Amino acid sequence: MVSDELIKRLEDKARQLRLSIVEMIGVGPVGHLGGSCSCADIVTALYYYRMNVDPKNPKKPDRDRFLLSKGHAALAQYAALADLGFFPKEELKRVKVLGGLLQGHPDMKTPGIEANTGSLGQGLSIANGMALGLRLDGLKSKVFVILGDGELAEGQVWEAAIASVNFKLDNLLAIVDHNGLQATGPIPERFDLTPIAPKWAGFGWHVIEIDGHNMREILAAIDEADTVKGKPTVIIARTIKGKGISFAENNPAFHNGAMTAEQYEQARRELGAVEEGC
Amino acid sequence: MKAESLRLAYGQALVELGREDDRVVVLEADLGKSTMSILFQEAFPSRYFEMGIAEANMAGTAAGLSLVGKIPFIHSFAVFAAGRAYDQIRQSIAIARLNVKICGSSAGLSDFGDGSTHQSIEDMAIMRALPNMTVLVPVDAVETRKMVRAMVEWDGPVYIRINRNDLPVLTDPDSEFQIGKLQVMRDGSDVAVFANGVMVSKALAAAEELAEEGISVKVINASTVKPLADEEVLAHVEGCRGVVTAEEHSVIGGLGSAVACALRRQRNLPIEFVGVKDSFGKSALSYDELLVHYGLTADAVKDAVKAVLEG
Repeated sequence: MVSDELIKRLEDKARQLRLSIVEMIGVGPVGHLGGSCSCADIVTALYYYRMNVDPKNPKKPDRDRFLLSKGHAALAQYAALADLGFFPKEELKRVKVLGGLLQGHPDMKTPGIEANTGSLGQGLSIANGMALGLRLDGLKSKVFVILGDGELAEGQVWEAAIASVNFKLDNLLAIVDHNGLQATGPIPERFDLTPIAPKWAGFGWHVIEIDGHNMREILAAIDEADTVKGKPTVIIARTIKGKGISFAENNPAFHNGAMTAEQYEQARRELGAVEEGC
Repeated sequence: MKAESLRLAYGQALVELGREDDRVVVLEADLGKSTMSILFQEAFPSRYFEMGIAEANMAGTAAGLSLVGKIPFIHSFAVFAAGRAYDQIRQSIAIARLNVKICGSSAGLSDFGDGSTHQSIEDMAIMRALPNMTVLVPVDAVETRKMVRAMVEWDGPVYIRINRNDLPVLTDPDSEFQIGKLQVMRDGSDVAVFANGVMVSKALAAAEELAEEGISVKVINASTVKPLADEEVLAHVEGCRGVVTAEEHSVIGGLGSAVACALRRQRNLPIEFVGVKDSFGKSALSYDELLVHYGLTADAVKDAVKAVLEG
């Protein structure tokens, strides 16, 4: 049984990651605020509850693998990696700066990033390959891949989804960050690919549907997935794009939007930023 | 001259390398009996992955396998390997310089019966344009075997273009193959012909006939299309009055473009391109008939040589 204290600690960590996301974007330039915040709780659960990774030895062979197929949410991963010590927190001030470590989408030059992702629809295939190779080597490592709901329109996702079942990849967990908004608006209005869960079930996946902002549900789903043998598991996590920032929640403008100085300060306040004393 | 199957040599070499190095794994998109990757399945079933007719996912899966230390070889017809899976090769493999080997089989017009959808006249150009990519075109079965070994030893993505049909054996098993090095097949002093694949034998036949006319032609097997250093090309044209390239590929973006690029600062060195003139393929009942139709012949090479000499 997961303790209330752990849940509280993880929820607070997710809040910190969101605050870090807001601060990486800052005032003026655009950034993928919405999709980074929608998956922040899931990213927190994976890095701080489930995964075996070591910032001091980021390439250790028996580590678990994390892939962000929806690579535009890289800020959520950067926040976690910096916090865990994979690279200095100073780097968070230089996202997308020419010559900087942190690219607009995940790049393997960054410690802790396992593949170059972000061209949508490609992450599950890479995850499959990793899972096949790790199994071949007899390693117990598991591969975790977060997909966006909008990118499920890419055909390659379903090629990969068939393959995961075909190869019985139970050392793979896919999580769909189902925030319901694609870049240009609500998925049901723009390009309706709902309902999502029956599609995966039809392909032979073990499907778990949760509230992707309820930490207890997230942990329970991750634990349940670890007990499923002989087939892959997908968690369909219902989330809110821009979660945690009132003006950005469910607002397509913040898929890749810019904040005014007022919005920036409001976002930081809502995420409990502690002002530095004078 | 004895002709041998390049794809059979390829499949056998893959098995040999698989025996020496257990990091070698093979992925196939339901063409294993054509590409001959099926031989690997028979030898190492646990390291062979049938991916179904889904080239994009095959390429992405190979990226993942390479990221956990494997050396994946992926297979399809060249037109699908370089075309259908282009984006995955670009995004998931080439950007991170992942150690994935791509076999484009039944390349060029060599799948003569299947027509334009199955013949690849632009795969070299597509793959050559990708940063980090290496592009190889074996001239015969002997060179194919050496290339597969070189591909395993090379750290990074490699595209190899394999002909479907038996081709004359022109190289020696004992000579060394090195990625990026061109091989002189026949020496000559008037015109340098850079050819690869099936066109090397056509160029050699042209050189033979031109010798009788008093024209001395050097024939170079350009089995590495990329990386191709300027100096490597320049070294072979010294003293020549003209250059010809010959490839079973579009004249746009392939070997001809690579050689022309290397010679960009050469004054008074005319160059002519033998290749498919910016058109798609079509069906024919024989390979040779199709090569003649598209002007991929010894006569075409002869005409090109004479054209550059006339300057």
